Amino acid sequence: MFVPCGESAPDLAGFTLLMPAVSVGNVGQLAMDLIISTLNMSKIGYFYTDCLVPMVGNNPYATTEGNSTELSINAEVYSLPSRKLVALQLRSIFIKIFFLFSQWCAKYKSKPFCEKLLSWVKSSGCARVIVLSSSHSYQRNDLQLRSTPFRYLLTPSMQKSVQNKIKSLNWEEMEKSRCIPEIDDSEFCIRIPGGGITKTLYDESCSKEIQMAVLLKFVSEGDNIPDALGLVEYLNEWLQILKPLSDDPTVSASRWKIPSSWRLLFGSGLPPALF
Amino acid sequence: MAATFFGEVVKAPCRAGTEDEEEEEEGRRETPEDREVRLQLARKREVRLLRRQTKTSLEVSLLEKYPCSKFIIAIGNNAVAFLSSFVMNSGVWEEVGCAKLWNEWCRTTDTTHLSSTEAFCVFYHLKSNPSVFGSCPRKNMQITILTCRHVTDYKTSESTGSLPSPFLRALKTQNFKDSACCPLLEQPNIVHDLPAAGVLSYCQVWKIPAILYLCYTDVMKLDLITVEAFKPILSTRSLKGLVKNIPQSTEILKKLMTTNEIQSNIYT
Repeated sequence: MFVPCGESAPDLAGFTLLMPAVSVGNVGQLAMDLIISTLNMSKIGYFYTDCLVPMVGNNPYATTEGNSTELSINAEVYSLPSRKLVALQLRSIFIKIFFLFSQWCAKYKSKPFCEKLLSWVKSSGCARVIVLSSSHSYQRNDLQLRSTPFRYLLTPSMQKSVQNKIKSLNWEEMEKSRCIPEIDDSEFCIRIPGGGITKTLYDESCSKEIQMAVLLKFVSEGDNIPDALGLVEYLNEWLQILKPLSDDPTVSASRWKIPSSWRLLFGSGLPPALF
Repeated sequence: MAATFFGEVVKAPCRAGTEDEEEEEEGRRETPEDREVRLQLARKREVRLLRRQTKTSLEVSLLEKYPCSKFIIAIGNNAVAFLSSFVMNSGVWEEVGCAKLWNEWCRTTDTTHLSSTEAFCVFYHLKSNPSVFGSCPRKNMQITILTCRHVTDYKTSESTGSLPSPFLRALKTQNFKDSACCPLLEQPNIVHDLPAAGVLSYCQVWKIPAILYLCYTDVMKLDLITVEAFKPILSTRSLKGLVKNIPQSTEILKKLMTTNEIQSNIYT
């Protein structure tokens, strides 16, 4: 459930909600960090849920010593009212529950989370949702290997409002693939391997008539910072959060502010005795 | 997928944590038998609060029965040893209840007859000052959490081998106005172990003043030096006045160490 930081819930009617799916390479979450950090969005509340593994730490977007001691938790909501943007950042994975049927099987709490999230989206009055996500690059077919690694998906209600704009951007829509890849005569459907809850969110939004767009990139695990930068630039082509990119590619990386929490992403310093 | 050095292709674990195979379980229809098993399991896994000694369930919440202004939680053997030796051996603490739970990882199978030694969480309150409690969040209450992590979890630009462990770090909620007795946990470090992070998250969201003292140590089992690393907390407002006799507490701690030492010399 959404719990505001202040006394009352802020008015989000007509806002665009940006959110990540916890997916391969954590690209969506890294992209969200870049957006929140660059736009200096302020925290307006928490999405308090028992579906995500708890975590706490000090302000991941700290710029000075003064603002470095605000506590952050695993799911927080930020906003930029001047641009009618609201951002949800998710910082941990879904809790796994084991159920014993005739054999062990595991379920993630992802479905209940999607339901709670979409119900909040509807009640808050947000006009539309944009999900930033990623998919396993090794699952691409031959055509996908030869084209841009970015894809988009729109729910039917979203298509009605933004179809022309998306067409003008010459973007590639996510292709359908065999539901069961090993079976030749299997039906075709949208599959997003490695995308976490992306598919569930998309399907639920279709049936609940929520305006949702999914923007994703085909990635592999590794240093996914360049992938995150790519994904925010892709989003920026549409939303124009920052000024349009000039032809100089070296400019692109520097205009997004890297948050202070991205320090030491690959571990602590090395022991000098190693050398 | 990833290839190992020997050329075999293995499924690499995904940082995002989710496996797509799990999603297909949603489509599986639950038979009435499955539903019954699942509900039974859910009942078995419920956390139960029991009255002390009589082991009957508490009908009202612990807080309603024992309202308090200070709530101290210790997680892990070193934090618990610190609390037992220093805080709970000063003054008389009375056990008021315990929480018992079961899940598939527990070794015991019988949930209805767990003895008190198998309780996972025991609640005490200070008889002389019942407003101090070892377990319920209210607006004017302050919560202190103590726990340990391994020093290799601590991210720093130096090597973790050169750190002076054990050392303390703190994390506090927005509404906790007092100062900590040690530096606050620097970015990019986080706390993600379930009890500590869960409690602190709850407190931050519901605006309860709370502070977590985290001891980074290289010895995770019960260790004198690690437990003594918590000592600076005794001078803070949260615990001041609760500890009367530090030398005596140190003696009690030493005794606790020796009784817990397991002789593991394979040559004898």
